Amino acid sequence: MTNPNRRFFLKGAVASAVAVFAAAAGWISPRRAAAAEWPRDAYAAKTVEEALKNLYGSSAAVASPEVKIRAPLQAENGAVVPVSVSTNLPDVQSISVLVEKNAAPLAAHLNLTPSAVPYFSANIKLGATSDVHFIVKSGGKLYRAKQLVKVTVGGCGG
Amino acid sequence: MAMKMRTKTANGETEIMVLIDHPMETGQRVDPKTKEKIPPHFIQKLTFSVNGKEVAVADLGVAVSRDPLIKIKVKNAKPGDKVKVAWSDNKGETGEKEIAVS
Amino acid sequence: MRSARSRALRGLLVGAALVGVLPTLGAHADPAQDLKQFREYFKKKFPTVRFHNYASGFYALPGMDDYRSQWEAFNEFPPYEIGLDAGRREWETPFKNGKTYASCFVNGGKNIAQHYPYWHEATRQVRTAEMDLIDCVKHNGEERAFTTADLSKDTRARVQLANLTAAFYELSQGQRVEIDLSAPGAVAAYEEGKRFWWSRRGQLNFSCANCHMDLAGKNLGGNQPLSAALGHPVGWPAYRTVWGQLETIHQRYATCNSQVRAKPLKQGSATYNNLQLYETYLSSGLPLSAPSVRN
Repeated sequence: MTNPNRRFFLKGAVASAVAVFAAAAGWISPRRAAAAEWPRDAYAAKTVEEALKNLYGSSAAVASPEVKIRAPLQAENGAVVPVSVSTNLPDVQSISVLVEKNAAPLAAHLNLTPSAVPYFSANIKLGATSDVHFIVKSGGKLYRAKQLVKVTVGGCGG
Repeated sequence: MAMKMRTKTANGETEIMVLIDHPMETGQRVDPKTKEKIPPHFIQKLTFSVNGKEVAVADLGVAVSRDPLIKIKVKNAKPGDKVKVAWSDNKGETGEKEIAVS
Repeated sequence: MRSARSRALRGLLVGAALVGVLPTLGAHADPAQDLKQFREYFKKKFPTVRFHNYASGFYALPGMDDYRSQWEAFNEFPPYEIGLDAGRREWETPFKNGKTYASCFVNGGKNIAQHYPYWHEATRQVRTAEMDLIDCVKHNGEERAFTTADLSKDTRARVQLANLTAAFYELSQGQRVEIDLSAPGAVAAYEEGKRFWWSRRGQLNFSCANCHMDLAGKNLGGNQPLSAALGHPVGWPAYRTVWGQLETIHQRYATCNSQVRAKPLKQGSATYNNLQLYETYLSSGLPLSAPSVRN
């Protein structure tokens, strides 16, 4: 099965040129164009701020109790940490998960259509004890919550 | 690569869970035999569709665990509705699976 | 259900090769008394933990709430499902002669795993589910990677066997452990296992009892507290997140021995078989939960 998204997995300028061309041609809606390309720069960014700027154009996120997160206080195994985030904020366009102390903090993000409930869960890797940030884009604004997750190694856990 | 999917409906919301057999190599791990870094090999995109209509797209990076378990929720799905998940990775490998909402 | 148990004990091995020398009986071997003391020990140590919860492994111990909620998150869609599917497919796929694995076992393999491991009088050895599954393949004139490879070295072959063994145990999920030690040979093997359990070993000079009884629930300076011996075997074959796959209980014995810097023994060795018999008998009455996520 050929992956129609493959043509977007190109380096730098060529990829953007193709996306822009496709959008201009009108056969890809703006929302689809945004979702079609894997955001290489955001995933390569070395800080939370840089990753958010890359992904959203801004890192200005407001701390909000409406972003409800489930993450362990201490990971049993830093390589497999189950986390989830949900919210009742309206018009949620995307949800991102970032691990501050990872070499490249952006772990995953979800682009939602109105048919999706604002909820996202994934098992993620933490290299070390770190704040895990959860960002929700709602109505064009960014909201955030975070939690410290401890990681220890060794002992009979291996 | 094997894939398993499950759905769970509660309060008008259907949770879609997908488990994919995939190494999610970060590119930092050293092969103990060759002493070389194992190149990155990870799922980059997961597209969720219900009855042929895209509902969400997840972008993943190398910090998602091996054998990724990803969960999203959708509204107004009925038993029998077709849920499809298609994935692609950085090497161009792909996979997809479709199940009916239980 | 005596007759069913006797039938299970006959197993499927044909031939009466005498294996090794008959072990001497312990002077006052009394497994039933051991069992009573073992259960009382844990009841006293963890007064708030209910007996059947020990089937969850260390997630049932006090102070494990955070780890338990991670475990419960995993259990919503267990990571071992992929390996287990492979095991289920292997179990269900007929051999070239048209028979399936089910034909090798009493009751088609359903609701019998709670009697494993068992003492096989004809060959005078303890037999595990892994051994019976391997012999089922051979009995039907075929080979698999796990019937020919050195399982202590060939991870892929061993995991293939673990997946199949997990599918076998799944057919008996919820059944309460019941091990028949009525044969003198069974008691002798039990005593061998008991000797291993209580002996100190390795550079760290720990016995199984030191860690999984005295120190159960305590953290030896790492990321995980030690599990309680009560309930040890009922979750195996198990998935540990550090391994990312289902594995056999003997693999856990081997890695644990390595962790105290003792020499790991081989998969399927008589010593590990006897240890497994001892440990499993001490978990009598607990419901099987295999396969499971364990630590």
